[in-house]
Amino acid sequence: MKTVLGELAVGMQTEKTMTEPPNGLMVAQDVDFYYGNFQALKKVCLEMPPQKITALIGPSGCGKSTFLRCLNRMNDLIDGTRLEGLVTIDGHDIYSKDVDVVELRKTVGMVFQKPNPFPMSIFDNVAYGPKIHGMKKKADLEVKVEECLTRSFLWDEVKDKLHQSALGLSGGQQQRLCIARTIAVNPEIILMDEPCSALDPVATAKIEDLMLELKEQFTIVIVTHNMQQAQRASDTTAFFMLGELMEVAPTRDIFLRPKNKRTEDYISGRFG
Amino acid sequence: MSTPAFLNPPAHTQKRKRRNLIFQSICLFAAFIAVAILCTLIYKVVVDGVGRVSLDFIKANPSQMFPDKAGIWSPLVGSMYIMALTIIFVVPVGVAAAIYLEEFTYRKNRLVRFIQVNISNLAGVPSIVFGMLGLSLFVTIIGLGKSILTGALTMSILVLPMVILVTQEALKAVPKSYREASLALGSTQWQTIRRAVIPRAIPGILTGIILAASRAIGETAPLIVVGAVGLVTFPPDSLDDRYTVLPLQILDWIGQPKEEFRIAAAAAILVLMGLLIVLNSLAIIIRARQQAKG
Ligand SMILES: Nc1ncnc2c1ncn2[C@@H]1O[C@H](COP(=O)(O)OP(=O)(O)OP(=O)(O)O)[C@@H](O)[C@H]1O
Ligand SMILES: [Mg+2]
Repeated sequence: MKTVLGELAVGMQTEKTMTEPPNGLMVAQDVDFYYGNFQALKKVCLEMPPQKITALIGPSGCGKSTFLRCLNRMNDLIDGTRLEGLVTIDGHDIYSKDVDVVELRKTVGMVFQKPNPFPMSIFDNVAYGPKIHGMKKKADLEVKVEECLTRSFLWDEVKDKLHQSALGLSGGQQQRLCIARTIAVNPEIILMDEPCSALDPVATAKIEDLMLELKEQFTIVIVTHNMQQAQRASDTTAFFMLGELMEVAPTRDIFLRPKNKRTEDYISGRFG
Repeated sequence: MSTPAFLNPPAHTQKRKRRNLIFQSICLFAAFIAVAILCTLIYKVVVDGVGRVSLDFIKANPSQMFPDKAGIWSPLVGSMYIMALTIIFVVPVGVAAAIYLEEFTYRKNRLVRFIQVNISNLAGVPSIVFGMLGLSLFVTIIGLGKSILTGALTMSILVLPMVILVTQEALKAVPKSYREASLALGSTQWQTIRRAVIPRAIPGILTGIILAASRAIGETAPLIVVGAVGLVTFPPDSLDDRYTVLPLQILDWIGQPKEEFRIAAAAAILVLMGLLIVLNSLAIIIRARQQAKG
């Protein structure tokens, strides 16, 4: 398993260096994760290459969110948690002592399950990240906000009410706003934890379009319970169960010819 | 067809309902007693004192010689001093401590747990104990004398645990999703606290401060211990002046034999209660607004 992944990584790297330097290759190697004594992840190995969307699927409680939160060290905030194994971005261990977690989280953005805009104006939501990272001039901020809102397909809908509260937007708009807020700090990798689970199909379709657009620039990792969504939007699909990574393969393969019996049962809706 | 159970309840259901009724009546009676006692007290104070409350009463200083000209100016000013200084001292320390305990110590270690337990315990310590602490610390050791500064510092220590606890509650009530969103954008904890958490916690913190303020003007015992005096006929004009406060003035008047003083005491109680009601309603209004906003 490990060697195959290793070769894959090497292959990917050489292929990428020919076009542009690979930025945002995220790799998890033998990741064990514990909440106190409870082991939530067992020896998870997964590659999340740039310009690709990696979907994490699996029954509730199997550790998808936990894994995602290991990738930007969000789990650091929970008392009594512990990680063993290696998580790297472009070969750099993100759990090493020299890592600045604040900068890491700037590189690895995150969109949450429930849209969580700040209770402030639309403009201030997008400007929040740039401001904390030192952008002060109003003109710069305005350019940035417009750019990010445009990229997240939201600009036309909100350009006349930038200074109204973000809480007045619909759920789908709020989620796109959260994506705009995330890309405003120029991450390399974007993690999304069930970003569409609170949205209707139309809003979901918009977010999926947006993801396909964004993957040109970012490494995207998305947790989803929606099999159609994984099929429509992702390049690679990883199936988790009880904290273990059961199967990972190109999305077409995993849905057409799952190798593992349990993967097959899950994607055909027999449990989970 | 037999009648369904909801039209013809079985015996044990009727018994359950009877018990329910009995218990309901007991609770109602208990509540009634509490309210009745409160009403009697207020009624008596109002009847005695309401005729005496006037602008003159507020603007005049207390006097031993002329009971019907005596007012509450110097104790009122004293109380305001104590309240204002207490807020000034306690807010920065209390809020900072709460932020530390609530926001910076998500990985709770033993020391933090120990501090937390002790703060909760301190909130329940009788106020006279704080008075004794103030006496030995500020009067004897630091040598601030029996001044208004000593009084305010003592009062600050007294309300500090409460301010910390209320602020912690306010911080806890801010949804975790705001913190996560902010941290996930690469903010430091302090940036997250300042920009995402505190703005949402401010109503709660304000409530705590107002409650602390009302405690500061209501408490008497610790101030007696650290040297507030019963009768001061001039308002203080510097921080190391002697002073008195409203509740203490009331105590002094109630102890006087003359009927006029008892009436003055009732009037002063009305003023004090008015102040407390204003402060507490302010706290309630802020809280209600915050809940309405969600
Ligand atoms: N803060 C926590 N403390 C202790 N255990 C936790 C914590 N968060 C999650 N767990 C446990 O870790 C396991 C994995 O949880 P996780 O949230 O990662 O699942 P998930 O795959 O995201 O599920 P879902 O699809 O329902 O979101 C579960 O058994 C859960 O109970
Ligand atoms: Mg989850």
